[in-house]
Amino acid sequence: MFQILEKQSLNPTVTKMVIEAPLVAKKAKAGQFVILRAHERGERIPLTVADYDPAAGTVTIIYQIVGATTIRLDQLQVGDCLADFVGPLGKPTQVEGKKRVAVVGGGVGCAIALPVAKAFAKEGTVVDAVVGFRNRDLVILEEEFKAVSQEYRLMTDDGSAGKKGLVTDALKELLETNTYDEVIAIGPLVMMKFVCKLTKEYGVKTVVSMNPIMIDGTGMCGGCRLTVGGETKFACVDGPEFDGHLVDFDQAMERGRTYHAFEEDQCNLFRKEVQE
Amino acid sequence: MANMSLEKQKMPELAPNIRNKNFEEVALGYTKEQALEEASRCLQCKNKPCVGGCPVQIDIPAFIKKITEEDFEGAYQVISASSALPAVCGRVCPQESQCEGKCVRGIKGEPVAIGRLERFVADWHMANEKEAPEKPESNGKKVAVIGSGPAGLTCAGDLARKGYEVTVFEALHVAGGVLVYGIPEFRLPKSIVAKEIEGLKALGVKIETNMVIGRIQSIDELFEQGFDSVFIGSGAGLPNFMGIPGENLKGVFSANEFLTRINLMKAYETDSETPVWKGNRVAVVGGGNVAMDAARCAKRLGAEEVSIVYRRSMEEIPARKEEIHHAIEEGIIFRTLTNPTEVLGDEHQNVTGIRCVEMELGEPDERGRRRPIVKEGSEHILPMDTVIMAIGTSPNPLIRSTTPGLETNRWGCIVTEEATGKTSRQGVYAGGDAVTGAATVILAMGAGKEAASAIDELLRDR
Repeated sequence: MFQILEKQSLNPTVTKMVIEAPLVAKKAKAGQFVILRAHERGERIPLTVADYDPAAGTVTIIYQIVGATTIRLDQLQVGDCLADFVGPLGKPTQVEGKKRVAVVGGGVGCAIALPVAKAFAKEGTVVDAVVGFRNRDLVILEEEFKAVSQEYRLMTDDGSAGKKGLVTDALKELLETNTYDEVIAIGPLVMMKFVCKLTKEYGVKTVVSMNPIMIDGTGMCGGCRLTVGGETKFACVDGPEFDGHLVDFDQAMERGRTYHAFEEDQCNLFRKEVQE
Repeated sequence: MANMSLEKQKMPELAPNIRNKNFEEVALGYTKEQALEEASRCLQCKNKPCVGGCPVQIDIPAFIKKITEEDFEGAYQVISASSALPAVCGRVCPQESQCEGKCVRGIKGEPVAIGRLERFVADWHMANEKEAPEKPESNGKKVAVIGSGPAGLTCAGDLARKGYEVTVFEALHVAGGVLVYGIPEFRLPKSIVAKEIEGLKALGVKIETNMVIGRIQSIDELFEQGFDSVFIGSGAGLPNFMGIPGENLKGVFSANEFLTRINLMKAYETDSETPVWKGNRVAVVGGGNVAMDAARCAKRLGAEEVSIVYRRSMEEIPARKEEIHHAIEEGIIFRTLTNPTEVLGDEHQNVTGIRCVEMELGEPDERGRRRPIVKEGSEHILPMDTVIMAIGTSPNPLIRSTTPGLETNRWGCIVTEEATGKTSRQGVYAGGDAVTGAATVILAMGAGKEAASAIDELLRDR
């Protein structure tokens, strides 16, 4: 169960895996996530569903290698099995009834933005995509995005691919030119925060996908809680998508640093282990 | 000739200042000699008041008599006729308000240590019984059980023994529910829970983990797949928060999160890949068993000072007497008649303290519990770096929101017919915390038994 059927490096720190999970594949929808464990004594971590194929019975995950569990995950090969894989969790993206949307992806967030863009395109919505990466070596899913979007704006911090600048620069241009029913922003918290600041000026509804620390993913612990419009919500059951204009990003950023010291120690230990 | 000692045989325990630094089981269990001594304190009353106090009516005098005859396996058979998890209940039941609360010996001195005797018998059976239970012949009928906590495991076991093909669906990656994520190792070793679950598998029960019913499959889909009946034992896993300012600061946790990291994910082990917050000055808000568990775990993680912050007094505090006693021994401070109004933090959103008020007890409410009233002008600040909210849990809304026609009450609990667990949906039964709200292992077990009986009646002659 939960065998790795395919594994592909999308860039030096981002890997795509196709997992055999027929029951999850049957139910998964864009915007939802899974919780997995790489091995028997491993940590439970959430990863958004990057793609799903009910006919083939597979679910695709795309992860960035940032900590202990993703390092462990990346050590697994095609044919290995994950210890646990549970989903689909969270509320799916609402894709009905929109004429035109802008999907903004930042870094590995593009892996999550893509299924959302695809779901909208399937509904007949016009999708404009804005994606941002630090440099051209990190660019992922370019062809896949182009296939579902009308406008495709690639931005890099150093200008080595696409145009030099931030996703908000490209988004501003698009907001000036077109009318959008919704903007969907998925990426680092600071990116989503600034996209929301921008879209607020234009009065365009913005949906963000939050990625807090999670343990169970089913609503039993409240570890993933965030403040939305002054109220406490659980990202795993009320989200992971929320109205970006109401999210307290600063609090979310701080809560994300809760285990900072532990995470660093773990990473150092693992990197040593891998090197040896 | 009965043992007329007014005191229970002392339970051998690990020393408080050693045990509060590790997770080993605190209560070590009676020796055979102690069990025989204690069993002979039972007067074998004809009217058996103790049985009336037991939620599943174990024939207590009968099992105790077997102990005096040194027929420990016979004692086990008596208990297991009524109880599915004696090794668990002997350790965690609030005996003082159940069987032992009715014991005649308790009028003049201490009641008979019924719980400790149950534990002795269950542990003896586990250590000595070599034969695995035999898988009965299948009757071809299938039942789905949602949740592998005490209610679900009990319902599954009873139905499997009657020949039903039972599949238990568990949301987490390990079966056991609160027995595994909620109750710590030092109160209930996980090896015991694992043995109980192995026993169920030997009876033919299938346990599927990583299955969140309501997401991966709905109850209606379970029926479509060919299950003849469904039992909902999904518990009350949704943590309550106070709703006070500062509750989302770093260092504030629900007891569920704190305990899940420790008990389920074993974050206290040095090679654990799951982190857990190790506070130094910890406030646990609440007075139930969960609060005691959280406080004692925090102490074991190395906290210098751990306090229970409870709004009523020691008379009203609902935790099991043994837990409170052990917590005090281990150095937990009890700040009663105190209630937090705000969690305070610094510029990095770390907890620095809790603003509290003192409480007074007023008139009893509709459940007979004296109402806590804020004492004017009693505001004070307690410096803390960690706050754990252990103020109760409610049922997770996932099942009720994905099962049309399933009636629930205003607290989100599933409405059932008393004594059968029948819900408003044909063929769907429920029991345990999902019905009552957060309660005890034995009540959940009792509900699992009743539902199994009702399901059997429903499907038997179909």
